[in-house]
Amino acid sequence: MEFSVNHPILFVLVGLIIAVVLGQSVYFFIKSIRRAKKIGMDKSIIKKTIITAAIFTVAPAISIVITVIALSQSLGIALPWLRLSVVGSLSYEAIAAANAASGMGTTLASLVGSMTASQFVTITAVMTLSIMVGIWLVPVIAKKYQKGLVSFEKKDARWSNVLQNSLFIGMISAFVGFVFCDVYRLWSSDNGIFTVVSKDSMTGEEIISTYSSTSGLIPVFVMAISAILMCVCGLLINKLKWKWLNDYALPICMVVGMISAIPLSAWLG
Amino acid sequence: MKNSNKEYSYIDSVHRDGRIWNIAVMIILLLFPVAVALIFEAMPDWAGLGMGLVATAPMYWAVGVVEVITFIPMLGAGGSYLSFVTGNISNLKLPCAINALENANVDIKSEEGEIVSTVAIAVSSIVTTVIIAIGVLLIVPLDPILSNPDLKPAFDQMLPALFGALGVALVSKNWKIAVAPIVLMLILFVFVPALNASTVGIMVPVGVLFTIATSRLLYKKGII
Repeated sequence: MEFSVNHPILFVLVGLIIAVVLGQSVYFFIKSIRRAKKIGMDKSIIKKTIITAAIFTVAPAISIVITVIALSQSLGIALPWLRLSVVGSLSYEAIAAANAASGMGTTLASLVGSMTASQFVTITAVMTLSIMVGIWLVPVIAKKYQKGLVSFEKKDARWSNVLQNSLFIGMISAFVGFVFCDVYRLWSSDNGIFTVVSKDSMTGEEIISTYSSTSGLIPVFVMAISAILMCVCGLLINKLKWKWLNDYALPICMVVGMISAIPLSAWLG
Repeated sequence: MKNSNKEYSYIDSVHRDGRIWNIAVMIILLLFPVAVALIFEAMPDWAGLGMGLVATAPMYWAVGVVEVITFIPMLGAGGSYLSFVTGNISNLKLPCAINALENANVDIKSEEGEIVSTVAIAVSSIVTTVIIAIGVLLIVPLDPILSNPDLKPAFDQMLPALFGALGVALVSKNWKIAVAPIVLMLILFVFVPALNASTVGIMVPVGVLFTIATSRLLYKKGII
């Protein structure tokens, strides 16, 4: 059978795998809903959780579709569809695919339109095996780990709460730091122009990109706008009793922050 | 006593089902390249496979181990099994779960928290899968819209927009805990140019460990 990265049989295989993964989500969803009913949880909490999670997911999911489109230029549509529906992320998939191509002595760009089945299998195997840890390690350790956490909580409940909050704050702090990662362009630019030399994961060639020295402030302003808007939402919820806003505040702030990036980029980029 | 036995058996069943699902998905994922090889009668390039794995796997395996240890307490049992299969944890599933827990005003360590987190992550996974599938079906008409350079800055700045809103809500409630790790991360990310979008995932466990250490110190001193 003649191979193509967009061969219909690949879509059938990928569709079946994604159906199984979708089945897992549906299974746990139903299991949780049943348990919520059994223990008499407030239905409105579950309903709000469903609506909020669905709305919140739309914008990030669209950005994942953009990633699928980006990767499809070299890998076809079926493989990025699979990889980004299961486990993957843009940075990981692009690196793994580029490393696999490099291991075969070629680049992703040179494989466009001419990828053989052997090369496709090699790239797919590298992408799959390199990020498999989470899928098997959770079943191995999660139960014992959680029991350990429960017994730890019984020993010192107050510290257990602090520990829980520390986990969340630790994650947030890394992303807050990341938002400022390009601010150094302000004092490292040459005549207001900052030059970035990077390697194209597709071609392996050097890419020279130029930015305004103020471009590193764009994510900072976006984060600030989103944060200020969240504070305004908090005031509206608490002072004006707009309780309905509670469920939509995060997606609203996120989307407004994202939209604000368009004029900010035109101004500072 | 009866009630606590019931709760214990529910969590046990979550772990049992999660194990079955995750191992099944793992096997199916591993079978995909095997199936393609058999159907198209093509062996992998073994040297390329080895080189590719050596270049990719060690770092992602190490990050994977740290992520599992870091994220399980935040995601809960059901949320962990689902998230480590469907991916996009720190940029989608975890924020979604945190937001749901905050809105519902429940603790992830409680059974209600476990349920809310699992429901949020399951819904997020289903919506993501459906939107990606629609995107794949409509890739031809959607490509010029989603690849429009005017829209690119908006999608490039999704994480700052997300963590601005999410961060202010969480930090305001835990500002004593948050000061030290945020200052550390700001210094690191501003003055170490090697830290950027591709390394933020590695810095999450660093931030978490540092926050736990400083929180312990503050706790011992009676400040929090």
